[in-house]
Amino acid sequence: MNPSTRTDLEAALSDRPLTQGSLPRRAPWITLAAAIVIGLVLTSFGVATGLAALVTAVLYGVTIFAWSLAVEGPRKAKDRVVAAAVTSAFLLALAPLISVVVTVISNGVNRLDAEFFTYSMHGIVGEGGGVYHAITGTLLITAVATVISVPIGLLCAIYLVEYATGRLGRAITFFVDVMTGIPSIVAGLFAYALFALFFGPGVRMGVMGAVALSVLMIPIVVRSAEEMLRLVPNELREAAYALGVPKWRTILKVVLPTAMAGIATGVTLAIARVIGETAPLLVTVGITTGVNMNPFDDRMATLPVFAYRQFSSPGIPPEPAIDRAWTAALVLIAVVMLLNLAARLFSRLFAPRSRA
Amino acid sequence: MAKRIDVADLNIYYDKTLAVQDVSLSIEPRSVTALIGPSGCGKSTFLRSLNRMHELIPRARVEGKVMVDGQDLYAPDVDPVTVRSHIGMVFQRPNPFPTMSIYDNVAAGIKLNAKRMPKSELDDIVERSLRQANLWDEVADRLHKPGSGLSGGQQQRLCIARAIAVQPDILLMDEPCSALDPISTQKIEDLIGELKADYTIVIVTHNMQQAARVSDVTGFFNLRGVGQPGHLVEIGDTATIFSAPSNKATEDYISGRFG
Ligand SMILES: Nc1ncnc2c1ncn2[C@@H]1O[C@H](COP(=O)(O)OP(=O)(O)OP(=O)(O)O)[C@@H](O)[C@H]1O
Ligand SMILES: [Mg+2]
Repeated sequence: MNPSTRTDLEAALSDRPLTQGSLPRRAPWITLAAAIVIGLVLTSFGVATGLAALVTAVLYGVTIFAWSLAVEGPRKAKDRVVAAAVTSAFLLALAPLISVVVTVISNGVNRLDAEFFTYSMHGIVGEGGGVYHAITGTLLITAVATVISVPIGLLCAIYLVEYATGRLGRAITFFVDVMTGIPSIVAGLFAYALFALFFGPGVRMGVMGAVALSVLMIPIVVRSAEEMLRLVPNELREAAYALGVPKWRTILKVVLPTAMAGIATGVTLAIARVIGETAPLLVTVGITTGVNMNPFDDRMATLPVFAYRQFSSPGIPPEPAIDRAWTAALVLIAVVMLLNLAARLFSRLFAPRSRA
Repeated sequence: MAKRIDVADLNIYYDKTLAVQDVSLSIEPRSVTALIGPSGCGKSTFLRSLNRMHELIPRARVEGKVMVDGQDLYAPDVDPVTVRSHIGMVFQRPNPFPTMSIYDNVAAGIKLNAKRMPKSELDDIVERSLRQANLWDEVADRLHKPGSGLSGGQQQRLCIARAIAVQPDILLMDEPCSALDPISTQKIEDLIGELKADYTIVIVTHNMQQAARVSDVTGFFNLRGVGQPGHLVEIGDTATIFSAPSNKATEDYISGRFG
């Protein structure tokens, strides 16, 4: 490069400064505050809350766009509008969750006492009583469902990833996908019909519920385990084969441990998914007032069915039953949240670590 | 322990496409054979057919004979799993088992096969393998830390230690230094020189100097054209191949003139 072209280049570059106007750092917040104030004024004039929120969001987007366009130019203006849109979408998605949690906590906290967790409904009319029997029932039935689904689902995933070639594999994948879409009540009726074949109509057992839940759980376990197994690099399998390790041992000792964290997470999320199912349990295990620890005999109480029953046939006066329903729902949500936390913990705990 | 390899009229297929055509060669025990050639000419494919790893790819197959000390690897009653336990392999990218410690990685060939042996004996094997792989001094104080926490070069030496811990007869190495810095490369080349005393080694490399430095015999693979199968152009004494190759294509490739 000769000296004259270099000075030309410098001259050209100095015409294109790297700096440009920018909004003060607090600009979005000021705009947002103004938009919210206008929204609040609207509600005080009797405009519906949702509509006012929509107006607030639109107002904010338009204002920040105009302001930014004037000061910062079109690229940053678009960036600010899209950021606002993404944030609104996030808040919108969060709204139902927050609303449910707030409603359930405020209604359920009344009966969140020791009695609720230690008593069953045996001989209870009106006030008092608890969900001890429903908690044990839910835990038992879900545990049995897990014991049924995890081996089937995991083996199925192993077959799909490690052995299946061609048509059978594709057929299984297709039917697993179909299974994912089975309505839960149909799963319940299937379990009912299956057990009625062996024990006659009118049979009631905890395992029937577990079987129904398994029908819902297996496809989830297959799907998540399959995904995790596919993530295991092929190089690890080859490394094991090159050491003269048979395929089944490679799967057992190399592939599964490597995918363990993901599989455990998937199973936990599958449990969380089915533990709140109501319909299939209603038609299979029914409900009862006392503790039943034997999943092979008679009806069992479960949290979701308990909440449903307390609400649908509360008795007179209805308030104590309605309260119990809310608190049962609260307990159920808490259990699901705990399971989700456990899933995160598993993926942390079992993940192959590089540095210790 | 080291064994000789005789390959006769080997054709290697991926499904219906012929990837490597008509390879015949002999490899002496306790020697290092380097395979060189342009990308895609089938060096890895050929190497993987020597320990029956090739057939792990769906619909891949092999025609011809691979004799190891007179035994045909592809005879119908030969168990590929046994073959692989006698013929070890080191891959291009280091692939230690991420769930296992350094110790368990080296012991993997024994532990995964559920061979029972006293702890002290296993300790000895692990130490000896790591020493042979020139890694012992660097990891002796953290044997029970994860193997994936090592540097790339250390991981590759760990994989070599893992491969030699099962005391194979033959060691196949597919570009073992391609991801490594010159110092790690140097260490692995030194290691190959030492391992030669006990093993028959076949190494694929893109690095001519490396082939010249470590090998006794060099084989040159080439493609006749795009979409054609790869074939063995010539094989001979490394010194001869690099100074006076008999084939024009070999000379061009080695001196950097090709196409
Ligand atoms: N899994 C596979 N399925 C189908 N064809 C393959 C597969 N692996 C390799 N091939 C083909 O076989 C030929 C030889 O490939 P190979 O990997 O043996 O080349 P290579 O000499 O090792 O090349 P490089 O030096 O780049 O590693 C190539 O044409 C390649 O496209
Ligand atoms: Mg290769």
